[in-house]
Amino acid sequence: MRSDPLGRHMRHALYCVAVGLFCGIVLVWSSPFLWMLVASFRPDSFGAAGMASLWPDFTPTLEHFGYALEDGDFPLWYLNTLILVSGTLVVQLITVTMAGYTFARLTFRGKDLLFAIFLFQLMLAPPVLIVPNLTTLVKLGLYDSLIGVMAPYWGSAFGIFLMRQVFRTIPRDFEEAAIIDGCAWWQVLIHVLIPLAKPGLLAFSVVSVVFHWNEFLWPLMVINDPSKQVLTVGLVSFALGAEGASDWGLIAAGTLLVTAPLFIAFVLFQRQFVNSFMFSGVK
Amino acid sequence: MDSADTASLGAHSMDRVGLKGRGFRAALLPYLLLAPALVFLCAFTYWPLLQALLSSLSSKRRFNDVDAFAGLDNYARLFGDSDFQDAALNNLVYALGTTIPSIVLALFFALALRRSTRVNSILRSVFFFPTLVPLVAASALFLFILMPDIGLLDHYLQKFGARSVNWIGDPDIALISLMGLTVWKNAGYYMLFFLAGLQGVSQDAEEAAIIEGANRLQRLWYVILPLLAPTTAFVVVIALINSVTQVDHVIVMTQGGPNNATNLLLYYIYQQAHETYDLGKATAATVATLAVLLAISLTSLRTMERGIHYEK
Repeated sequence: MRSDPLGRHMRHALYCVAVGLFCGIVLVWSSPFLWMLVASFRPDSFGAAGMASLWPDFTPTLEHFGYALEDGDFPLWYLNTLILVSGTLVVQLITVTMAGYTFARLTFRGKDLLFAIFLFQLMLAPPVLIVPNLTTLVKLGLYDSLIGVMAPYWGSAFGIFLMRQVFRTIPRDFEEAAIIDGCAWWQVLIHVLIPLAKPGLLAFSVVSVVFHWNEFLWPLMVINDPSKQVLTVGLVSFALGAEGASDWGLIAAGTLLVTAPLFIAFVLFQRQFVNSFMFSGVK
Repeated sequence: MDSADTASLGAHSMDRVGLKGRGFRAALLPYLLLAPALVFLCAFTYWPLLQALLSSLSSKRRFNDVDAFAGLDNYARLFGDSDFQDAALNNLVYALGTTIPSIVLALFFALALRRSTRVNSILRSVFFFPTLVPLVAASALFLFILMPDIGLLDHYLQKFGARSVNWIGDPDIALISLMGLTVWKNAGYYMLFFLAGLQGVSQDAEEAAIIEGANRLQRLWYVILPLLAPTTAFVVVIALINSVTQVDHVIVMTQGGPNNATNLLLYYIYQQAHETYDLGKATAATVATLAVLLAISLTSLRTMERGIHYEK
């Protein structure tokens, strides 16, 4: 294969075709979002036939956003989703830090068994347990509450594994020096280990927030009261209503309202997002 | 295992230095620290697991029915239910039809965007962004994209002379349409793992292959792919688990129809619990689905363990 069977020009042409094809794939991949952007600003007068055009040949209008905010309770859904993701995360951070530290640094009887008990949870995806978990929530009186949506995720095995890994990569020299200086274990944890484990905690936080921001089936089953509805469930009821009316501009605007914050956050903290999601593979 | 040994040695020395003489309280500390996580783990993983097992063996179908042992009655009803058979078969097709294309595409994207340049990092983001948006938001967009005639897909396909297709209304095509959505949403996520895996492919091995006269394709087949095997094994597991645990698009777009063509296992469970109110069948289906997930994880565990050694 050392000889070059194709001429230089041929090779160059092939390279150009490959780049062109790849550009086509990139265009197809981004077309759903391009359509959302264009359609949400497109005036209604174009009718259904022109709705699919990706070309913005019109003067943009904000009327779809106006109707979307009238039809849907977006501020309330945002607030509930914010409560949901922050409530989930705050408790998770406490439990996974404590448990991760314990598995990384302490020796005790039954450690391997307890670790295996946590390990096993990674194999049982929580979404499959919706039916028995719902029964538990009803018995605990947590049905139809945001706490009920959060609670199953407060003992995150994934987070515990991640934090165990992170703590194990921190050299022991720092904490032994602190112990010799007379610090208690919790002072070492708070003043030495947690600051050093910040990248890990941040990565876990990003993955957790995105996961719970996007979750649909579990809040759909737990929440009944419209005033406690979260963004994903709200969007679906809103979009199905608009679909019935064939109001595609409205669907595009509503979906844009839901995805825009994620998009802005992603553009601002791109590297952090990508690194965190790569980190999520460490499990 | 080196690091684990030094870790426990270190912990012993720490016990001696810091916690000496506090006896009982020090011995209790690890359990106290684990308690909060353990409480939630038991309440929402092991307790429901036990509950699902028990009620799948019980004659109780609704909340106020009599609770009597029914043996494998629920399982017999479950496996005899043609809806469940459909859901299981669809899920198998869906698992293969999403896992294979999304992994092939993810690998292709990762290879094409391997060099970190400014343009490549933007293109990586284009492929990755669908991972971040809620599956229901993607479904809302695809409701329009897949509309016959006026939808985005048909609108542009018709410019190439294609006939209009009822993407989610035709029982023969609906599941394929949902697979397309899933591949679009997940391929960029899997691409990240391949990009990370490619960083671990040693330059020496590739350069040796170049010196030996291997062309691009040969290098890919004989050098890069074997070195990426652990990454691939890992991504396959995630993709298979996702194909069982994510059904938001089924709920939004098709409700399992038309003619049960897009019913999947978790959607079936949801239906039994929410629409049919048949607790016995719902929990039997839960146990069956968990068994599938466990089988996926356990068969992959060995490959994964080998993979971890490979990376080190």
